[in-house]
Amino acid sequence: MKPFEQIVAEHGPTVLRVCRAILGPVDADDAWSETFLAALRAYPDLDPDANIEAWLVTIAHRKAIDAKRAEARRPIAVERLPEQPAEVQSVDSGLWDALKALPHKQLLAVAYHYVAGLAYKEVAAITGGSTDAARRAAADGIAALRRTYVHFEGETR
Amino acid sequence: MMTTSEPDDLFAALTEIDNETTARLHARLIADAEVEGLLDVAYRTIDSPVGPLLLAATTAGLVRVAYQREGHEQVLEHLAATVSPRVLRAPQRLDPVAREFDEYFAGRRRSFDVALDLQLSKGFRLDVLRHLPDIGYGRTETYAQVAAAAGSPRAVRAVGSACATNPLPVVVPCHRVILSSGSLGQYVGGPEAKQVLLTMEAAA
Repeated sequence: MKPFEQIVAEHGPTVLRVCRAILGPVDADDAWSETFLAALRAYPDLDPDANIEAWLVTIAHRKAIDAKRAEARRPIAVERLPEQPAEVQSVDSGLWDALKALPHKQLLAVAYHYVAGLAYKEVAAITGGSTDAARRAAADGIAALRRTYVHFEGETR
Repeated sequence: MMTTSEPDDLFAALTEIDNETTARLHARLIADAEVEGLLDVAYRTIDSPVGPLLLAATTAGLVRVAYQREGHEQVLEHLAATVSPRVLRAPQRLDPVAREFDEYFAGRRRSFDVALDLQLSKGFRLDVLRHLPDIGYGRTETYAQVAAAAGSPRAVRAVGSACATNPLPVVVPCHRVILSSGSLGQYVGGPEAKQVLLTMEAAA
């Protein structure tokens, strides 16, 4: 088994991207931290042949569900206002809005397939439903993003 | 073929993760792991006159000191396999040890005063390691003398292999064991490192 430090180095950035895609930039840090702490706890019992990326995304998926439930329980009065960390403001906020507007199933399929790079079969194992349904949800999600989110490609390349 | 933007481009805004963010999340993981009792093996590296040294500690104490020639990555993989895979770069736990190394290499410290975790050594090799700190700073013993002191006068070769596999070189001073001919013999850190340590100790 690899030292856990290596797991953090190899998969930390991808898991953070997935957390950002699902939860937005502000809550992503908490979800990442909870995901890797839970992963560290369970790591010695992990099947050595397991797909580590899929395992981590599965944990992140549960942590994101927990975060959303906690969010729902929060009184509306303290709904988060734009007190975001400075580094987040530099990130294109249009993408967050576009992701947030996706139906939840599509958002998850897009995050797990396109951001985490998991196969549709692995995506389906995490979100429930069939492999075909995961493939369709990802395709629909990407198509919707292309319609709603205009990326300034001309300026950057 | 011209296509609309690839998903990779679509998520360009997600891919930017700066070093500050990575460092912050790593520090938080280490702190949380320590609180939860999940930091089984903490490690860091230090610079020294005998090259970069890897230091690793369990909650019981210092468990491994490794020279660069041993391959730090392999050593960490071995720790993951034998002690626990919960191995994390967490310099703080090793701050007191690192300070003692600095003092030792500056000639201001003659023995190490940190808790040791000797779980990587068993049997006769462990007996040998327990005797080595009795060889005082700046002094040497022969392999035969160490064999006798460890209770098996004829086990001279076994003393050699105990020194060669010492998981805590420098701290457990196997560099002070030399051949009866007076030449220095082999060393886990290489003969040059043994020469450097003994010369330094003789001069201090």
